[in-house]
Amino acid sequence: MKIMDNVSRREFLKDGCKLASACMILNVLPIKIPNAFASDEASATQAGLEAKDGYNWGNHYYAYLIDTRKCIGCGMCVQACSRENNVPDGFFRTWVERYEISERGEVFVDSPHGGINGFEATNPGFNATKAFFVPKMCNHCEHTPCIQVCPVGASYATKEGMVLVDSERCVGCGYCVQACPYGSRFINPITHTADKCTWCYHRITKGLKPACVQACPTGARKFGDLKDEHDEVRKILASERIGILQAEKLTKPKCYYIGLDKEVR
Amino acid sequence: MFETINFLFPNDLHIHWSLMIVMYPYITGLVAGAFIVSSLYHVFGKIEFRPIGRFSLLTSLAFLLTATLPLLNHLGHPERAMNIMITPHFSSAMAGFGILYTFYLIVLTLEVWLVFRKDIVDYARASTGLRRTMYKILALGVYDTSPEALEKDHKVVKVLAAIGIPAACMLHGYVGFLFGGIKANPWWSTPLMPVIFLFSAVVSGIAALVIFYQIAMRWRGEAISADCIRGLARWLWLFLIMTVTLELLEIITLAYEQAEEWEVIAPLLTHQLSFSFISLQMIIGALIPMILLMITVLMDSFMKDKLRNMLTFIASSLLLIQVFAMRWNVVIGGQIFSKSFRGFRDYTPHFLEKEGVLAAILLGLLPCVLLIVLSRVLPPFRSQKEPIG
Repeated sequence: MKIMDNVSRREFLKDGCKLASACMILNVLPIKIPNAFASDEASATQAGLEAKDGYNWGNHYYAYLIDTRKCIGCGMCVQACSRENNVPDGFFRTWVERYEISERGEVFVDSPHGGINGFEATNPGFNATKAFFVPKMCNHCEHTPCIQVCPVGASYATKEGMVLVDSERCVGCGYCVQACPYGSRFINPITHTADKCTWCYHRITKGLKPACVQACPTGARKFGDLKDEHDEVRKILASERIGILQAEKLTKPKCYYIGLDKEVR
Repeated sequence: MFETINFLFPNDLHIHWSLMIVMYPYITGLVAGAFIVSSLYHVFGKIEFRPIGRFSLLTSLAFLLTATLPLLNHLGHPERAMNIMITPHFSSAMAGFGILYTFYLIVLTLEVWLVFRKDIVDYARASTGLRRTMYKILALGVYDTSPEALEKDHKVVKVLAAIGIPAACMLHGYVGFLFGGIKANPWWSTPLMPVIFLFSAVVSGIAALVIFYQIAMRWRGEAISADCIRGLARWLWLFLIMTVTLELLEIITLAYEQAEEWEVIAPLLTHQLSFSFISLQMIIGALIPMILLMITVLMDSFMKDKLRNMLTFIASSLLLIQVFAMRWNVVIGGQIFSKSFRGFRDYTPHFLEKEGVLAAILLGLLPCVLLIVLSRVLPPFRSQKEPIG
């Protein structure tokens, strides 16, 4: 009690304010730093792998190549993705579309359950003169509208050029879902946050391939690192004629296609 | 053509922005519209709006206080809603929401307080018990009601109202921009969107005031000011003409350009949205009220007060439907077609679901209830000056 007697009200308030502001700063800082980069995948890999496995995200820049001429529509990729990433039923991180086109320009497109069970023969009602499959997923665009519109910064780009979602920060407003021209995003009905293809970030940072690439029996899907001189995808991109989806949107997709048709959006 | 293809991107089978996102621009539109009317009196000195000068402020406040509720009900993680303010990501238009909303809330609350300050002090002095405590708290310890102080209040109100006009326009124009800035969606992506939203907001605000004012006067058994209704009808007609012009302009441009997106928008308007767009938004909601208001304005000298009141009341009711239909057609219409541009999905909200019809009705009624409560605490109509005991 004696000590208290010596403290004037002014001093008490002053010290109190100092203590409060110190607490606030201490409180704010540690919350901000991990969360700025945190994602279920990114935080684990960045902190852990850089030291352990020598993974450095500055040494990679990934790209995805799809040769539509090789795709047989078996749906293994969709199944593999669904299992690997626990994708809820009725939602798709990747899917396969089937196109049937006639000489006269009639078009039939479908993707039953995202093509997860393959495709049954159909009758489009016209004489199709060409038909092909187009696997699709998040394009991890360089100038992506989904990151731009995220009001809380939960969608972000990694140094390897990937677009990820921090599900601990996402408020689930759905603005990114609206902003993606490719229909790659959805609101996960279990987590209630935005969800999409991560190119299996948890696998590739361990030197594995994305599940869909691993599962593809024909090599229609290829995953590559543009910073690797000997990379196959890098070489193909440099030498072949390559297409991207909805080029007019200027989002700079990093999923590249061989054998695209004008009917594919 | 579309019937035969009807291909949707698999993730496009779901409508992510539901009825709640229709309610949100509808409510903020009413906020902005009601505020513009109050500014016509407080800033532009339109004396005919004196009877509703204070009432329109309360209307704006009541709707503003509930404007965030549909959003919170829609968010996947409403508990993280404050992230938009704590860690805004400013490249997103949506990140501006917290700032715009808070700023406007402050301006509006201050204005309401200053406009009603003298009344609050009078009530605090005249009442007893709990009521007295409430008014004492509302008075914030300021009991100066000298003519000089009130004159000062009046000046500040004018400044606040002047700041409030661009603030209200921003708050609502921003909502339009949220849609107008999405290049992935051709039905939304137009710089006209914020302007269309703003004008239709003013239409809905004036229409709501016509209805609320007439009901309030009936309830109180007082005469409806003919000048006020006449003025409201005139402004309503003007803003309706501008709104419909803009709405049609957008569609005519799309149709005339015949760009790729017209292939999906044309069937959208004539099939999927034929009822909500052609019947509700354009004919029942726009054409008919336009004729009614034209009669009201042009034949004013031949018109008895009762007929004028009735015509404006009917026109306003239809206009509230029109604006709601417009919000619906923008928000839901923009999601009815897939981004594959090759197919359509359907959306019918259920009655009892979380973001369903009942929730929307409650959210529509809540601001009305709030307005009644606010009007009890701060009686906005001047004739009601009897002390509260």
